[in-house]
Amino acid sequence: MLLLDWLYVGVFAVVGLGMAALPMAIVWALAPRVAHAQKRLTYESGVVPFGQAWAQFNVRYYLFGLIFVIFDVEVIYLYPWAIVFQRLGKFAFVEMLIFLTILLIGLAYAWRKGALEWA
Amino acid sequence: MGELAAFIILSAITLASAVVVVTSGNIVRSALSLVPTFLGVTGLYILLQAEFVAGIQVLIYAGAITVLILFVIMLTEGGTGLRVRQTNEQVPLSILAAAVLAVLLVGVLAQAPWPRAAELLPQYTASGIGEALLTNLVLVFEVTSLVLLVALMGAIIVARRER
Amino acid sequence: MSWGLEIVKAVGLTIAVFTFLAVVAAMLGVLLERKIGGWIQSRLGPKHVGPQGLLQTVADTIKLLQKEHIAPRAADTAIFNTAPLIVAVAGLLDWIVIPFGPNLIVRDLNIGVVFFAAMASLTVVGILVGGFASNNKYSLLGGLRSASQMISYELPLATALIAVAMQAGTLSTLGIVNAQAQRGWFVFLQFPAFVIFLIAATAEVNRVPFDLPEAESELVAGYFSEYTGMRFALFQLGEYAEMFAMAAMATTLFLGGWRGPILPPVIWFLLKMYLIVFLLMWTRWTFPRLRLDQLLNLSWKLLLPAGLIWILITGFFITFF
Repeated sequence: MLLLDWLYVGVFAVVGLGMAALPMAIVWALAPRVAHAQKRLTYESGVVPFGQAWAQFNVRYYLFGLIFVIFDVEVIYLYPWAIVFQRLGKFAFVEMLIFLTILLIGLAYAWRKGALEWA
Repeated sequence: MGELAAFIILSAITLASAVVVVTSGNIVRSALSLVPTFLGVTGLYILLQAEFVAGIQVLIYAGAITVLILFVIMLTEGGTGLRVRQTNEQVPLSILAAAVLAVLLVGVLAQAPWPRAAELLPQYTASGIGEALLTNLVLVFEVTSLVLLVALMGAIIVARRER
Repeated sequence: MSWGLEIVKAVGLTIAVFTFLAVVAAMLGVLLERKIGGWIQSRLGPKHVGPQGLLQTVADTIKLLQKEHIAPRAADTAIFNTAPLIVAVAGLLDWIVIPFGPNLIVRDLNIGVVFFAAMASLTVVGILVGGFASNNKYSLLGGLRSASQMISYELPLATALIAVAMQAGTLSTLGIVNAQAQRGWFVFLQFPAFVIFLIAATAEVNRVPFDLPEAESELVAGYFSEYTGMRFALFQLGEYAEMFAMAAMATTLFLGGWRGPILPPVIWFLLKMYLIVFLLMWTRWTFPRLRLDQLLNLSWKLLLPAGLIWILITGFFITFF
């Protein structure tokens, strides 16, 4: 039963969270706590850290994220197709061929326009 | 009985996280609260017997869109722990407006003649969706690929112009 | 069927799986890593604690439990503490759909394979947030790079999963193993998908040759930098659990799961899983690290088109023959 299946998933998540938090609780109980200002300094290879920690805005991270979302949505359409196309005949295959071709064109466009370059 | 309990718990999770998203001053905490919201919605999809949609909800929303939002937050200059002011001077008036809207909505929705399903909902399985996409809705399916292509091209054009 | 009973069963199973992971994946896995690394480098790994060094990780765990909880002052505490939990739980949830034997699966979800991919993508959120919460340049960069790498490799991973689902006609992991009874192991029928899956899996768990985000020489420890003690251990637990889950999924999808002649099914499953784990560890100690742009090029320009084309080829052969 569907609800039962996912009840297991829910319990797994909650109990799993608890079990993962358990070691952290043990540490909180067991470990020494010696307050020392130097310990709470951010690590920067042994020198005193300077400046706020932010990465320079670089649009390439965002572009990769965007392109990923678009292709992820495309892949989602592949999942149901994968399990039914066999019994729906040749036409189903052709439909997906069209779908994938259009998206491969998109990938090629992104490639040509240098959107996939990291540098 | 079990379904009602599940519904209440899931709705509580979704709503509480959504409230945190909207009201939290810390922008990263706000974005991170999206994850329980999306997971709550996943549970609600399961209650509606739509398991494939639930699966892709986690995959796309909690997995991809949250990551995208976090990228944007982390890459903008004020991203680190920026405290955003979430309220303005018109709080009493807005509370009144929200209350009126709530009363109106609940009143209308409670009175609407919702059709009741005669028996259990059909299972919206992955194979059912697949068949529908490839037979009845094939045009929608193909047009979707074009929409995705346009979105891709648009994203690339917009992002490149900023270089 | 009473809800209460089912919930109790579910709790029991969670504890069992978590313990299994903590022992097999984390403890034995880390030990295996160090031993195999040692042998490949012509040295012995840990050998003092316990016979052949078997209790090394136990000792390490006990040590880590007593380490002081240090968090940099500039870090956002709530998020800093939540990030390792997200990674650990995502690694745990992946195991719900892994079949250890003919009826030894936590829950055979109808959308098993989709669920697996979804949990793998949740890990990215944890890592990204962990990198950010430390408020440390190295961590942030490491987190961003790691996230970019992981999302880039999720797509080829998905194409490999889809190719196998096409071959088996189902998204359920049990169904896929059963389908291999008739058609033979998919590693033969779907060899390109196997290769793509292994490469993508290595990248998904941030292992060499794809471990630039964690590379010691590059970014200290990347998004790990500010995490010490048990939180570090939780991150590692999540990553090793994920690696073992990928290996387990590879055996399910490609090596026929638990199927095998004389030995009991669970033993076969574990043997095959450890074979893949060994393969992954062997790769780690053999190959040099790829640069980030080489890594991303490999995914977007080679693996993704290859995966999509392979899907078309598989579809062609299934439809027309």
